[in-house]
Amino acid sequence: MKPGLTRRGLIGRSVATAGGLAAVPLVTPAEAAIPAAPAPVRTPEMVDIVLQVNGRRLPLTIEPRVSLLDALREQAGLTGTKKGCDRGSCGACTVHVDGRRVNSCLTLAIRCQGRAVTTIEGLAEGDELHPVQAAFIRHDAFQCGYCTPGQIMAATALLDEGHAGSDAEIREYMAGNICRCGAYNHIVDAIRDVASQAAGKG
Amino acid sequence: MQSFGYLDPADADAAIAAAAAPGGKFIAGGTDLMQLMKDDVEAPTRIVDVEKLPYGAIEANGSGLRLGALARMSDVAAHPAVQRDYPVIAQALLASASPQLRNMATMGGNMLQRTRCHYFRDTGFPCNKRNPGSGCPAIHGENRLLAILGGSEHCIATHPSDLAVALVALDTSVELQGVGGARRTVALGDFHRLPGDTPQIETVLQPGELITALVVPPSAAARRSAYLKVRDRASFEFALVSAAVALEMQGNTIADARIAMGGVGTKPWRLPAVEAALRGQAATPENFTAAAGLAVEGAMPAGKNDFKVKLMQRTLVRALSTVAA
Repeated sequence: MKPGLTRRGLIGRSVATAGGLAAVPLVTPAEAAIPAAPAPVRTPEMVDIVLQVNGRRLPLTIEPRVSLLDALREQAGLTGTKKGCDRGSCGACTVHVDGRRVNSCLTLAIRCQGRAVTTIEGLAEGDELHPVQAAFIRHDAFQCGYCTPGQIMAATALLDEGHAGSDAEIREYMAGNICRCGAYNHIVDAIRDVASQAAGKG
Repeated sequence: MQSFGYLDPADADAAIAAAAAPGGKFIAGGTDLMQLMKDDVEAPTRIVDVEKLPYGAIEANGSGLRLGALARMSDVAAHPAVQRDYPVIAQALLASASPQLRNMATMGGNMLQRTRCHYFRDTGFPCNKRNPGSGCPAIHGENRLLAILGGSEHCIATHPSDLAVALVALDTSVELQGVGGARRTVALGDFHRLPGDTPQIETVLQPGELITALVVPPSAAARRSAYLKVRDRASFEFALVSAAVALEMQGNTIADARIAMGGVGTKPWRLPAVEAALRGQAATPENFTAAAGLAVEGAMPAGKNDFKVKLMQRTLVRALSTVAA
């Protein structure tokens, strides 16, 4: 990976090249940490739970019906995980629970107590992107980017599972993630690239 | 989604008692129940999480395969003994859903998933399964995906599971635990009910009764088995037609055949007449085609699913040819 290639840097450069509008980055480091929403009004159904998200303790007060997706986005301010279909069909909400990829829209947050939740925000090491994140940029593996966090969470799991043996296998094991822009070919390129890098190192 | 209370007892009797009371519902993987609750098709007032119950083991030995009800689809599909001795099960699982859903969904839940009939899942329409007596718009409506076998004038909803098709072909039995610790075992072939006059009653489960395991006997046929799924896209789609075929061969002669099909029936559809016609016969294209003709006897297509009558026979012939080869 090129030194200094980060999400923030990339966004800053994109803005700078957009007709010379401004040298001001779209997202400043101070703004990048979105504060959690204020606690909602407590109803009788609500319960206090504690999640472990990206290695951090996250106490929440929620109704039992709240999905992990909504808890992450609306309460924890972790809006990287996206809501697409909200029915388990599109994969935009993919996160890891205890190291396994799941649809957070079909997961009740209350059932995740004592489990390790990893979201797209938890992949990078500081400003150093995860190899799959870097590969997605290198291979232009997205257009609008809405499905990208879910694609990347699925792809990192796919690589851990050992399902990157061929392009056909990559496609089959990415079947749970839909991309309306149709960036599939570049997504497969990015995953294959990371898999071959890992194989080269091994 | 309607609000509900949540319990996660570590004791099966407590879980069963809580689920047996009105408004109670078990949750395991939750992949189907969550969708149904979001669409207001299901609105339980009390969710009983069975995650803490000790029913997740996968055990394989000389006396067969025992799949704990809480075993995940992905774990069963990846189990070496399942892949080696029951390939039709591994293939049916890997042809199901998506990797994310297979990491969540369980064996027991898979048996109990509800039909994908669009009318059932849209509360804006009548549906005899969801609201008994309200009528069935599917029979004269969008029925392309629906059943050609086992339907009634009240319901032609297809059972959506791939796994159940593979398991019913292999003579699987279902272990159940009920109120007061009552235990019983039911053949999977008798577990799902035909819709008849009561399409809202889909299984023989009593209130609060919990699936604890699925038990598959060993067989030579199971070791030589495969699952063929025909669908509208290459992956992550329910079956138009599918076939689970297990054959015991002696040379080119079929000593034993276990066959069930999916996407065509209101329950996982075993085909005993086809099996009987194939036993003792040579594995030839002519014999396969003749036997497949028996598969569609009694078929009642509803218009837009007429194509399934031919597709079912062709799918079966292809699956038989593959397994016998």
